[in-house]
Amino acid sequence: MSAVVLQMLCVAGLLGSTILAIVLSRSKIATAVIYSATLAASAIALIGSGYWLLGGPANATDLTLPIGLPWLGAHFRLDRLASFFLVVVNLGGASASLYGLGYGRHEEAPHRVLPFFPAFLAGMNLVVLADDAFSYLLCWEFMSLASWALVMAHHREPGNAKAGYVYLVMASFGTLALLLAFGLLAGPAGDYEFAAIRTAQHTPYVATLVLILMLLGAGSKAGLVPLHVWLPLAHPAAPSHVSALMSGVMTKVAIYGFIRVVFDLLGPPAWSASVIVLFLGGITAVMGILYAMMEKDLKRLLAYSTIENIGIIFVSLGLALAFQANGLKLAAALAFTAALFHVLNHSFFKSLLFFGAGAVLTSTGERDMDKLGGLIHRMPFTSFVFLVGCVAISALPPFNGFVSEWLMFQAVLQSPDLPQWALKIMVPAVGAMLALAAALAAACFVKAFGVTFLGRPRSVAAETAAEVDRYSLSAMFILAALCLFAGILPGLVIDALSPVTIEILGGRMPIQANEAWLSIVPIAESRSSYNGLLVMLFITISTSLAVFFIHRFASHALRRGPAWGCGFSDPTPAAQYSSESFAQPIRRVFGTLAFHARDHVDMPAPGDIRPARLRIEVHDLIWEGIYLPLADAVGYAADRLNRLQFLTIRRYLSLVFATLVTLLLVLAIWS
Amino acid sequence: MVVMSDILVQGIQMALVLLLAPLLTGFVRKIKARLVRRKGASIFQPYRDLLRLLRKEVVLADNASWLFRVTPYVTFAATWVAAALIPTFATGLLFNWTADLIAIVALLGSARFFLALAGMDVGTSFGGIGSSREVMIAALAEPAMLLIVFCMALVAGSTQLSTVANFMASSYVGLRVSLGMALIALIMVALAENARIPVDNPATHLELTMVHEAMVLEYSGRHLAMIEFGAFLKLLLYISLIACVFLPWKIAVFGTGPLAYAIGAGAYVVKLAVAGFLLAVFETATAKMRVFRVPQFLGAALMLGLLGTLLLFVSRSF
Repeated sequence: MSAVVLQMLCVAGLLGSTILAIVLSRSKIATAVIYSATLAASAIALIGSGYWLLGGPANATDLTLPIGLPWLGAHFRLDRLASFFLVVVNLGGASASLYGLGYGRHEEAPHRVLPFFPAFLAGMNLVVLADDAFSYLLCWEFMSLASWALVMAHHREPGNAKAGYVYLVMASFGTLALLLAFGLLAGPAGDYEFAAIRTAQHTPYVATLVLILMLLGAGSKAGLVPLHVWLPLAHPAAPSHVSALMSGVMTKVAIYGFIRVVFDLLGPPAWSASVIVLFLGGITAVMGILYAMMEKDLKRLLAYSTIENIGIIFVSLGLALAFQANGLKLAAALAFTAALFHVLNHSFFKSLLFFGAGAVLTSTGERDMDKLGGLIHRMPFTSFVFLVGCVAISALPPFNGFVSEWLMFQAVLQSPDLPQWALKIMVPAVGAMLALAAALAAACFVKAFGVTFLGRPRSVAAETAAEVDRYSLSAMFILAALCLFAGILPGLVIDALSPVTIEILGGRMPIQANEAWLSIVPIAESRSSYNGLLVMLFITISTSLAVFFIHRFASHALRRGPAWGCGFSDPTPAAQYSSESFAQPIRRVFGTLAFHARDHVDMPAPGDIRPARLRIEVHDLIWEGIYLPLADAVGYAADRLNRLQFLTIRRYLSLVFATLVTLLLVLAIWS
Repeated sequence: MVVMSDILVQGIQMALVLLLAPLLTGFVRKIKARLVRRKGASIFQPYRDLLRLLRKEVVLADNASWLFRVTPYVTFAATWVAAALIPTFATGLLFNWTADLIAIVALLGSARFFLALAGMDVGTSFGGIGSSREVMIAALAEPAMLLIVFCMALVAGSTQLSTVANFMASSYVGLRVSLGMALIALIMVALAENARIPVDNPATHLELTMVHEAMVLEYSGRHLAMIEFGAFLKLLLYISLIACVFLPWKIAVFGTGPLAYAIGAGAYVVKLAVAGFLLAVFETATAKMRVFRVPQFLGAALMLGLLGTLLLFVSRSF
């Protein structure tokens, strides 16, 4: 059985689970049955695609099904790029299913979630497998609609209807852009097969247009600023394991689309293409994390942080484009590997963090961080894995987030080799933006963990929280372990990614497996090297040494007492630092420009007994500056056009007549 | 046999930074006291402070979690590992290639991450104020630090500190404007990272102006000793970094024999003393700035780093 057939069988299994879910509908066993089925299907698909990525034969396998357009059929193909992204999709799918086995029990309306969950997974698998434009778009829309249905699962909750609406509008906009991009790629002959598109010659004009359309189409799904607006609304609205899939995996499918078209189908890139990708990526990274910093809803914070990570991945892809356009194969492979590594990493820790947020939501019913606190005492396991996720996403060694960012910085350091001045100046500046985003991410996740899990409980719900079930915990622990393994053994991951870079760029990073002590050496050891394993080992050894000496020689006395706080004991947990007050210094430094943030202090005069008030004013400039005016314009036009509905029959007839004459005139002049 | 001597040299380096760190802080304090015409405590006072803290009992807040108790050890270990990876008296140490400069900076970031979390653990307002300001300063200092790394890496063609030090010690370098800018920027970042005047005051006891000290306010006994020791190490680390990159004078090249190592160690102590003296003079001569002036200070460091990098491009191609 060829590899692609196995993958398609798994997809069939997922689609079968959808039908099963409809049949079982409201029965009690539905949750367990469906999530077990999706777990099995995803696990098989994961093993299949993982095996194929690591050790499979070099040539791609394809499959043509007699559905879709009659003269085209539906083409599916499994090559190295697809198999890497299938690993990401199915790993996310398997862990979300495992988590769902526990989390799904608390679902109030399982019949709104269960049929769409396998369908969503199948859709993401199909997008990655599709090998012609028609099936690609069809599967893309299928994936979008299935995820939309999941966003609307809790449609009565305030805000979710708006989230679904905005998502639908943005998804249709994105598909429109993709449709146009594939139309341009297919050319006048209308060849929709990817194989034909790949061999066709594309003029620079078409290539630029396709790049921009792909940035709009894939970028709106992935969450590039300023097309990100739907993401922080829709991702948190879905049940948490679906949020994890949308943030951790679906955005990666969008990135797959971008890579497939821009790197694979479009042929050799022009260097100017990289400028716009780098610019958008840098802006997205910094703005995404600044938005996250301002947020006090835990799941929305995570969604905004996804935007940041998408920006980081796009920066890296932009670097790869720049190097590839100038024929610097090694540097291009380095940047591209960094991007893929970060895709993998982000799917690990973002799923983990959303699972953690879901666990908090299950046991407290709260997403607002300012109503949480002190959960580390009541949810010790969840807080531990959430901490691992926070450290990993903040790009701190020895976890995996650091490795991919380190590789990106190494790629940025190759910028002097670029001949173009614009890139020479731009790349270090973008590198500084990456560093800023990483530092802000650390700040943001200190806030997320500190306010949610540390301190004193700010509500009764937080005070009475309990640890979640074993399925959820095991899903989170597996992902946390993966974060650590990818962080301390990065050489293995880089080597596993090299077939993909060879396929797409024709170059690869040096083989890492032969390096002493499993270090990673992107170019040469004298230039730079990093060894996560030894860093981890050293920290462990020196921590143990310190602990040993302290416990051997220092006093063991320990006394519990009330917190000191400089002698001022806060009577109420409300006096603690909240998420808004924690963000205050950064809001003041960056927010005055980026959000027009203002603090209004209302201090009553002496003798006045009303309480003093602090009001924070933060504006989402992109929403207020682009989307609201656009919505107003559409509303205005609709109001004007509304009159057309109330005309007399005579007027309608004359309108039809006038249109007909105009069209004929245009046609006559045209030809 | 070679491996044994390698391990020995690396071990000496790890012990050396540990031994010298409190002495350096004691020395800076002594000079500062003398400059304001005080007699000041002995330069060995930090050792005595550490020993006294180790003997004291720990008073732990009722709701402190395991994270609060683990953090002192983790931050100390991360700082120690980072300090051990910077060439002090010799380059090309056994484990130098474990982490390049970017990774060393990130290791310090890990230490700060945990310290900032510990500040929020007990749930007092002071801990929160310290943590939130510390991460704000870090968010500004890290991009500046990265641009300095770029600038150095462009000159030396490496982010590996041993290679950079060897390159800077060779005669190919000469005076460069970019390096001067990077040096100034690095000093500014080092002042901010070590919570020194003008960014923060290590000796302050006025709660509302504290940043670093507010964050560790709830610590006592052996935990506090580890945190203080970590802070001493961090100061030594940054001075070693500046010395190894910009002043690799007499630094021993790997494998040149015990005499070169001894000379290197002697030169290293001299460098530490000079840097400590300059730091004390600078701190006595300046006043602490308001917290919200810090962005301008670090923004200047960032701009210097960027200018230095861009100047390198210009000077290279013409």
